[in-house]
Amino acid sequence: MALRDVAKTFANGVIALDGLDLDVRPGEFVSLLGPSGCGKSTALRLIAGLSEPSRGAIVWDESGAAPGRRDIGFVFQEPTLMPWATVARNVALPLTLRHAGASKAAPRVAAALERVGLASFRDAYPRELSGGMKMRVSIARALVTDADLLLMDEPFAALDEITRFKLNNDLLDLWQALGKTIVFVTHSVFESVYLSGRIVVMTPRPGRVFKELRVDAPYPRHESFRTSSDYAAYCRLASEALNQAMAVAA
Amino acid sequence: MSATDRAASERILRLVLPVATLALGVVLWELVVQAYALPPYVLPGPRLVAETLAADWEVLSASLAATLITTFEGLALAVVGGIGLAILFNLSRPVEYALYPYAVILQVTPVLAIAPLLLIYLPQQGAVLACAWIVAFFPVLANTTLGLNSVDHNLANLYRLYGASRLQVLFHLKLPSALPHILAGIRIAGGLSLVGAVVAEIAAGSAGAGSGLAFRIAESGYRLNIPRMFAALFLLSIAGIVIFFALSGLSHLLLRRWHESAVVREG
Repeated sequence: MALRDVAKTFANGVIALDGLDLDVRPGEFVSLLGPSGCGKSTALRLIAGLSEPSRGAIVWDESGAAPGRRDIGFVFQEPTLMPWATVARNVALPLTLRHAGASKAAPRVAAALERVGLASFRDAYPRELSGGMKMRVSIARALVTDADLLLMDEPFAALDEITRFKLNNDLLDLWQALGKTIVFVTHSVFESVYLSGRIVVMTPRPGRVFKELRVDAPYPRHESFRTSSDYAAYCRLASEALNQAMAVAA
Repeated sequence: MSATDRAASERILRLVLPVATLALGVVLWELVVQAYALPPYVLPGPRLVAETLAADWEVLSASLAATLITTFEGLALAVVGGIGLAILFNLSRPVEYALYPYAVILQVTPVLAIAPLLLIYLPQQGAVLACAWIVAFFPVLANTTLGLNSVDHNLANLYRLYGASRLQVLFHLKLPSALPHILAGIRIAGGLSLVGAVVAEIAAGSAGAGSGLAFRIAESGYRLNIPRMFAALFLLSIAGIVIFFALSGLSHLLLRRWHESAVVREG
């Protein structure tokens, strides 16, 4: 999947993206890193088909055809759960909207909940869950269609650090176990280095790619990576790139 | 005193104090009537009102039933009409632009002024029902419209992402998320429907026909049967209270698992 010279101008004249080029390879974990307002979320929405580029194109694999929108899992910054529905019904939503029968949906919902460690909460309502658990439900919902591509828009930004680290680890485990492609938007240097194989640093206003960094540390990564000197070095590199990106814009 | 004890005594107070106030009021009322030897056609005492209630129970209970039936019919039509119209407005802007102003006009024109006209053109029972509907449907319409328009935009995006149809968005997303608003509207509508029924009965009563409680009040007034007026009034209040609690109970039942307004908090 690739974005080619993509631009997005909003109706109010704000140029969110201009000349954005981005390649995402199958099975890759790539982070879009940048300050607020650099268009990272807009880029994600374009990929998801939630809005149309003003210029340029989004190209999908060899066939060139965009797969049905349904083959994308999207995790928003907020858990975005339906408060009136149980955890199981929330996770089942993408299947329900596709008119999948209950008998077909149930095992997939159970499997998705199992993956995020919430199997015993299937009949709970969202308000009975903690922030981290709600986010897990949200991730389970993105997994339930077995989409190859997961788009995550600062999913852990609102969580406390302990929960966030835990979910970072769980997400890496999921990614390795399932072989998904993940595009992860974040404004946290530390999170992007910990998770990704590649970091795309973006400049703000208009958003475009400033620099790409490879994080060659081997997976699986665990807490030991978080305290290693390699990790610190990558974080410094990413921070410098981010500072330069902001200086360019200023 | 522990926190639960305090909560319990607080609950008892909330129950005991209003009852005590009522008892005090009734006793004072009876005392005033006896002390000044007021004739029943000026002010009947509560005991006489209670006796009248018992003696005229056959007539009054039939009237109570008639008023309650009209109220609930009016409410049911208001719920169906209000929600239906709100859905229609939500699906089609032109329909909303074309009809909404008239819904507002219907609402702001005092129903007391419309009732005599309706009585000319409709059979009496129909006119009473129409009045109940006119005053009750607007809160349902307005609240449902508000609810349908306040859907979480992230959830709306999610539905779009998964290719939901308009009907799926309506039934799986918009209506459930509007439910608390709709129920609040219905709670207001319940009281208003009773008001509408009463207004129409009073208006019809002066024309000399009808059987609801408000008609009994008007009729008893002409006959200077003041105790019966009070007895009928008492039943009307009871009807209002019953409607309010029935609808509050319904709302609680539907929302208790998920909505903040119905959740009991600890600590």
